Amino acid sequence: MSEHAIQLTINGRAHEARVESRLTLSDFLRGDAGCTGVHVGCEHGVCGACTVMVDGAAVRSCLMLAVQANGAAVTTVEGLADDDGTLHPVQQALRDEYGLQCGFCTPGIVMTLASLTGATPATDPDKVMNALSGHICRCTGYQGIRRAARRLAGLAPTQGAPTHG
Amino acid sequence: MDDARPAATTGRYIGQRVARKEDTRLLTGRGVYVDDVGVPGMLHVAFHRSPIARGRIRSIDLSAARALPGVFALVTADDLARFKVDMLSFFLAQPVVPVPVLANGRVTYVGDPVVMVVAQDRYLAEDAAGLIVVEYDEEDPVVTLDDAKTGALVHPDTDSNVAAATGAEELDEDLEAALAAAAHLETLAFRHQRISQSPMETRGVVAQPHGSGELTVYLSCQGPQLCARWFAQALELPQTSIRVISKDVGGSFGLKGQPWREEVAVVLGAMLLRRPLKWIEDRLENLTAANQAREQEITLRAAFDAEGRLVASHADYGLNNGAYPQGADSNIAVMMFLWGAHKLPAFSFRARGWFTNTVGLAAYRGPWAIESLAREVLLDRAARRMGIDPIELRRRNLIRRSDQPWTTPMGLELTDISPAECLDVLLQKVDVAAFRAEQAAARREGRYLGIGFATYIEPTAGSTGVAVLMSESAHLRVEPTGTVTAVVSTHSQGHGTQTTMAQVIADRLGVPYEHVEVYEDDSSRGGYGSGAYGSRQAVAGGGACIRAADLLLARIRESAAHILGVRTDDIVLRNGVLHVTGDKPQTVSLRDLADIAYGDPDRMPDGHAGLEAQYRYRPPPITMTSAAHACIVEVDAQTGFVKIRRWVTSEDCGNMINPAIVEGQIAGGLAQAIGSVLMEEVSFDARGNPTAVTYKDYMLPTIFDVPEFEYHHDASMPSQAEGGFRGVGEGGCIVGPPTLVNAIADALIPFGELELELPLTPARLLAHIEQRPEIARPKPAEASEAPAPAADAPADPVPVAAAAHNVPAPSAPQEPFAPASGARIDGGWKFVLSTPMGPQAFDGRLATDGDQLSGVFIMNMDEAHFTGTVTGNQLKWDLKVTKPMKITLKYEAVVEGDTLTGKCKMGVFGSAKLKGERVKG
Repeated sequence: MSEHAIQLTINGRAHEARVESRLTLSDFLRGDAGCTGVHVGCEHGVCGACTVMVDGAAVRSCLMLAVQANGAAVTTVEGLADDDGTLHPVQQALRDEYGLQCGFCTPGIVMTLASLTGATPATDPDKVMNALSGHICRCTGYQGIRRAARRLAGLAPTQGAPTHG
Repeated sequence: MDDARPAATTGRYIGQRVARKEDTRLLTGRGVYVDDVGVPGMLHVAFHRSPIARGRIRSIDLSAARALPGVFALVTADDLARFKVDMLSFFLAQPVVPVPVLANGRVTYVGDPVVMVVAQDRYLAEDAAGLIVVEYDEEDPVVTLDDAKTGALVHPDTDSNVAAATGAEELDEDLEAALAAAAHLETLAFRHQRISQSPMETRGVVAQPHGSGELTVYLSCQGPQLCARWFAQALELPQTSIRVISKDVGGSFGLKGQPWREEVAVVLGAMLLRRPLKWIEDRLENLTAANQAREQEITLRAAFDAEGRLVASHADYGLNNGAYPQGADSNIAVMMFLWGAHKLPAFSFRARGWFTNTVGLAAYRGPWAIESLAREVLLDRAARRMGIDPIELRRRNLIRRSDQPWTTPMGLELTDISPAECLDVLLQKVDVAAFRAEQAAARREGRYLGIGFATYIEPTAGSTGVAVLMSESAHLRVEPTGTVTAVVSTHSQGHGTQTTMAQVIADRLGVPYEHVEVYEDDSSRGGYGSGAYGSRQAVAGGGACIRAADLLLARIRESAAHILGVRTDDIVLRNGVLHVTGDKPQTVSLRDLADIAYGDPDRMPDGHAGLEAQYRYRPPPITMTSAAHACIVEVDAQTGFVKIRRWVTSEDCGNMINPAIVEGQIAGGLAQAIGSVLMEEVSFDARGNPTAVTYKDYMLPTIFDVPEFEYHHDASMPSQAEGGFRGVGEGGCIVGPPTLVNAIADALIPFGELELELPLTPARLLAHIEQRPEIARPKPAEASEAPAPAADAPADPVPVAAAAHNVPAPSAPQEPFAPASGARIDGGWKFVLSTPMGPQAFDGRLATDGDQLSGVFIMNMDEAHFTGTVTGNQLKWDLKVTKPMKITLKYEAVVEGDTLTGKCKMGVFGSAKLKGERVKG
């Protein structure tokens, strides 16, 4: 097993580490960097729970090796809220809309939404929904997640809901 | 509809959409799930698992694995032989067949754990697991329900592959005659595919032994109290020596109701090796080796008179129990609720659970849900064939509020169900006539729209017949700091019980919601409770919180009144402040009162210190929730894809604690329903190899598959439980499947009656649309042949049981008793009665006087006396019992030497095996 020295920033802090080549980014972030908000749900890139931002883009940290993050700026769900506890708009929207139950898939959904929303002009709502289709939530039936995403994409939370048979 | 029904009530917090207490930590990555726990010296576990479904282990070669650096230990069944372990069911009953922790000589399913590898990290543990070489003598596996009926014994020491059975083996002649003579007989036969509960967090455990012989077990589970009790009883350890901690849990849905083989192996491994061990199941393991649910077959026959009124019905049911079910099960609840809300005069059934060489059965949200699927699909088919509107057919048969009280043929005593009233509300929200016009217009354009309806009743918060589900506890106190702390026996795997219990307490006490903290994560504080099971937490936990809060409020008011020298009636606690009314109005903070209560108790009533209260609440025996749902779909005739256009729910869930949480439970259940109808399927090849082992093969609904749901609670009535709450945890998963199936069948009726072959994948729907022949599939079970009189069906059949044996029980093979003579009957006996919840053991005495028999069963400090007859060595006696229901149990037994064998006939519930052993000396 080969070991490699890596340097990266995690939530704005510089990290240096020696890692085995086969260590996934998700396991590195959880085990070495203590970012246990990174949740590993399937380890094959389907469920999306492990999503983090690498240089601003949402990636599945179970499908990326820690060595591949050398030199990158990584943001996890722990890095979004302000130091005073003020939630990121994505977190606030999910909280307001009851967008979570068990919370296990939530960090990944937060990171995908954070990577796509908040820009001006607002991101195309279809793009947001398409991105969310790469996340599996077993608890909520996506009701609150969809309301939050619509709100973040500049739509009314229930826009598009049919009103008659 | 009743005009005088009380309206659902709301309070300052009860009934409000309060923000969840759980969410801030979960949204910021600060939840604590089991994989987030680390302790010094912790080692990591991976399992070497069987690659075959059935065979004998010839040899295990651990040498290469042992030589790998970083490997600490390799643990096999031999290493665990020093521990005595009873792998109990959720009901804490002995299993029907012994369940080994690790495979012991034989493997019985693909994924059966053979060796537990303990290494420095999980990567190394998996490396080592891959270096283990096990040689097997492979045997042909028993995979399907059909295999189980004809194949080899899954467990060689048993006498059949029937794991559990209820109902009558023989057909009831009168019932058959009624079915045959009726104006219309509808028969529906189908199989339900196997489902993986698939919580997003897999199973996991960290077991930390302490030098004093104690254990801390961090566990992903449904309730730390029940799991601590389970470990204590299964391992015969004092319960206080085992502390189960379960903070955040990433979903469960029935899977994590009790510890199972892997979790127990890790706990034993930690004790054996004296090191903390962690095992986190990966998704491959979860989809192959975690217990699963729902693989069933049913043949339901229902007869109607010319006006569409139900006359009689019979169900034949089979359930795949796998090799090691978490409680062998023939699922009596299916039969209890199949026609539980309908005016059906006569019903009979046969239900069997079967062992197979597949991973075992566990619970899944609404384990009996197939009853609603079978009934509602059958009603739609019958309506089409009889030319009656499907809604009208339901209305003619549903039991309305004004019809109650009502007792069903299965002995279900109904007092406040309301599916018909929910349907009334639903039809105010869904314009069926307008839809039919739209549907007709669409069909002319080659577009296929359909509408489906279903109603159901759901038993929630049961506190009868199941010893582990009787009550929940709440311990409340005003801390010296003035905040309110509650330790409750509820538990959340997403349920939000820290929120709902705090709402109830804050509302009832009169303190701000923000000042109430709820703890439910640690078995070492608070009292016993089962946690999340049977949709019980709002009703049972909420009731406990109400009663405890009332006690605490009384204590607060009495204390303040005593200190201030005013009447108790003059003290009001509002928004956390004590207001003194009357001549000298003033206010006192809860903090000031707490200072005195803890720091200057001489000023308190009777000099007692502290502001604390606790209450253990037993809810009513069953609290019923009712609902009616409708959905509208469009099926694309070119692709076979189903688009759900609208879904409307109408519920009676009583008083709601938090409507957002109620709706979240309904929506989550419906999403799982949509998955089970359209895409989810655990599948096996002919050798028992799982063929859906990733989330690319086991398909789960995404945001595009689940529509927005519309909710209506207009039909809600408070329940008889404290607070008027009703449970809502499982209903969506019960009523969702028939609602969607009926809509799809309605859409595709121009192509003929849709065969119910789950899941209804695009390929299957296209085959129906294009009228292609179906792929040959095994036929569901036929109804029993050779009708024979069923002597044991009482005129007024009621469910089962005795104080000494308080559950329905499986039937025994109908073997003739071999007469013998000169047998000694009198004396003490140890009996075992086989019930669906596992064998029940009890003591007893028998005495004879000529041909007269008298005897007593002794169990749980209770005695049940009976008299009967003796003919040679053959005994007969009846035992009338009243709990949990009135019934006469009819016993027949034969004594040979020091053993007694027989059966107990329980009316409509069939027979249970009875075995006895003479007490010597």
